[in-house]
Amino acid sequence: MTDATLSAPPQVTSTTPLIAADGVPLKQKLARTTRRMKMRALFLTLPLVLFLIVSFVLPIGQMLYRSVHNPTGSNVMPNFAVQIENWDGQGLPSDDIIETFVKDMAAARKNREVGKTIGNLATRVNYEIPGSRSLFTKTARRADKITEGPYMAALIEIDKKWDNPNLWLTLQRVTKDFTISFYLAATDRKFDEAGSIVRADELYRIYLPILWKTIWLSALITALCFIIAYPVSYLLSTLPLRTSNLLMILVLLPFWTSLLVRTSAWIAMLQTEGIINNVFVYLGFIDDNQRIQMIYNMTGTVIAMVHILLPFMILPLFSVMKTIPPSYMRAARSMGASGTYSFRKVYFPQTVPGIAAGTLLVFILAIGYYITPALVGGNDGLLISNLIADHIKKTLNWSLGAALGTILLVVVLIFYWLYNKLVGVDNLKFG
Amino acid sequence: MKLTKLLASTAVGVAIAFGSVAAQAAGDLTVVSWGGAYTKSQVEAYHKPYIAKTGVNIKSEDYNGGIAEIKAQVEAGNVTWDIVDVELSDAIRACDEGLLETIDHSTLPAGADGTPATEDFIQGTLYDCAVANIVWTTIYAYDKEKITGDAPKTMADFFDLAKFPGKRGLRKGAKVNLEFALIADGVPAQEVYGVLATPEGVDRAFAKLDTIKSEVVWWEAGAQPPQMLADGEVAMTTAYNGRIFNAVAGEDKPFEIVWDGHVWDLDLWVIPKGAKNKEAALDFLKFSTETEQLAKQASYISYGPARKSSAPLVGKYHNKDIDMGPQMPTDPANLTNAVQNNFEFWADNADQLNERFNAWLAK
Repeated sequence: MTDATLSAPPQVTSTTPLIAADGVPLKQKLARTTRRMKMRALFLTLPLVLFLIVSFVLPIGQMLYRSVHNPTGSNVMPNFAVQIENWDGQGLPSDDIIETFVKDMAAARKNREVGKTIGNLATRVNYEIPGSRSLFTKTARRADKITEGPYMAALIEIDKKWDNPNLWLTLQRVTKDFTISFYLAATDRKFDEAGSIVRADELYRIYLPILWKTIWLSALITALCFIIAYPVSYLLSTLPLRTSNLLMILVLLPFWTSLLVRTSAWIAMLQTEGIINNVFVYLGFIDDNQRIQMIYNMTGTVIAMVHILLPFMILPLFSVMKTIPPSYMRAARSMGASGTYSFRKVYFPQTVPGIAAGTLLVFILAIGYYITPALVGGNDGLLISNLIADHIKKTLNWSLGAALGTILLVVVLIFYWLYNKLVGVDNLKFG
Repeated sequence: MKLTKLLASTAVGVAIAFGSVAAQAAGDLTVVSWGGAYTKSQVEAYHKPYIAKTGVNIKSEDYNGGIAEIKAQVEAGNVTWDIVDVELSDAIRACDEGLLETIDHSTLPAGADGTPATEDFIQGTLYDCAVANIVWTTIYAYDKEKITGDAPKTMADFFDLAKFPGKRGLRKGAKVNLEFALIADGVPAQEVYGVLATPEGVDRAFAKLDTIKSEVVWWEAGAQPPQMLADGEVAMTTAYNGRIFNAVAGEDKPFEIVWDGHVWDLDLWVIPKGAKNKEAALDFLKFSTETEQLAKQASYISYGPARKSSAPLVGKYHNKDIDMGPQMPTDPANLTNAVQNNFEFWADNADQLNERFNAWLAK
């Protein structure tokens, strides 16, 4: 009873809310104010959010979409695409389907709209069956002269290649809007004649070998960067301020210099008629006609990329090392630990966040590098991004380029995930 | 009524205010070509007389071939190039894919001797979307001062490292290199595409390329090979014949062209679909492919005019006593073992063969 009377007053306050000066319940007013503040905060980040959506989310989304979505077949031959979809794939399609095919061909021949011409279809089929492009352009030129059945016989009269069930199986596949064939091509695989997935002929395998090469070259470049950067950063962080600032400028000056300038500087240094070879010849290390090929190959790519990416390793290492008090090492030494032991047990573990940040940064930058290998890579120093650029700029097979780009993105994400498992992303310290 | 008038006058005012930029953009004719000595020959033979005749200002831009830029511009609906000089296989493919304006051949001016254009142009130089201006070719050349003894004479010599040691320059890509390899291996130039159409033929070509692979320096832009020869970086190199000729005629380089087994091709004018100055571009196209202009271009670079009526007018190099006739890819003496680049073969097989070429290169 007494308990009830004692607990009564709080019950009253919860049912009759506190009122602010203007008569609005305080709770409501508080909620409104918080909401307004949240809105304001959101509003402030809006430009960034929009920027990210426009410059990051949309393009990547489009790339993912383009790598599986290629509507060329159904764009060029809309009616045929609908009819062939239900074909059972046995023998040759019925003459009804062929009639639609011929009529679509004749209509497409007159179409000059970008993306809906016979040329577009021919290019698309040529990806699947190399050498078949002219079969389509040639047949389309004569398609409007075929006015009555049997249509298949008329097609075979134009070219006997039409008398091949596998060609029609391919057409059935090509007229579907969604396809995995670009991912197959990007992993050196293809559909064989009967429609099952096989590896490409050994002489034509290029994408997987280059992808592996890109990964291990990036790992090599990261390792080299680490080996060079660790002592340099240590020196920078322990020297007196005046000297270390001067040395820091030597690190930063190249960092601020244009990528192209630095790459061309390496060309001037390393080429067969370049400075280093000239010095070697002058000093008598090598004969004049035995100059060393150091550029336009893998060596050139590695040297130039290590130099260009080095600051990305030095800067995080330096900023972490700077925060390690020298007294720790002194304490370890004074307690009897040897130089190596105290380095291993005391100093090194404290630099791990910097190493983690540096290696991740350098590796991810290296794996997508494009300009430097294009300029100094020659034949065997090319990376996967150079092939992607080739498909976007030269062969215009954008779907294959998108598939390769997506694979590269997935590879980077896998490495990031592995990294997170091993080092922990929270452990990163960029400075 | 008043409001629309007000709006209209405001629009006019705005148009005048911003118009100077816009008008210039719409008025300037953007002509895109391959740069270097080639563009220079076009400026002298086409642009200057055209500007003098019409007063239209011409903006000349350079590019490195291919149809990627045209495709990007047309698909984005913002076509800034009005007329482009392209290779035949690119012209055919771009036309097939609907990226180009079609050109009515009957509107092309007749030859200087009155022959209608359709008969005056050499057979196979007029296409639905493209009109040829020149015949050019890929040959190989060497430095006479470096190779002094026995001179290389055949395509087989180019592939003979024992007889002619030294580095070789080749264009990076499958096109033309495979033809050269087969010709060097003993296939007559005229039969090259028949052999190349078989898998064994392709293997044979790559096997022949294998024999010189270790000594090859690859080039990409047309200006590179004469430079590589001049620097002594290579002993011999394939090149566009006009570039080598201009190094000889214009810069007195001691280079010699070997005509055996050359693979000739066309350069054509095309107008991207939706070009801002379509009419002016068409007008420029007609003007530049008239008999006189084509003949005049041949006095600046050794590329053959696409009109029959231009041939008799081809004289000497513009500032030297060099007869241009024997320098032309179409000169009968230069055609004894030569073949025209088969655009249909390359349209069909370029993707696959380039893939194999790249895989071969990376090994």
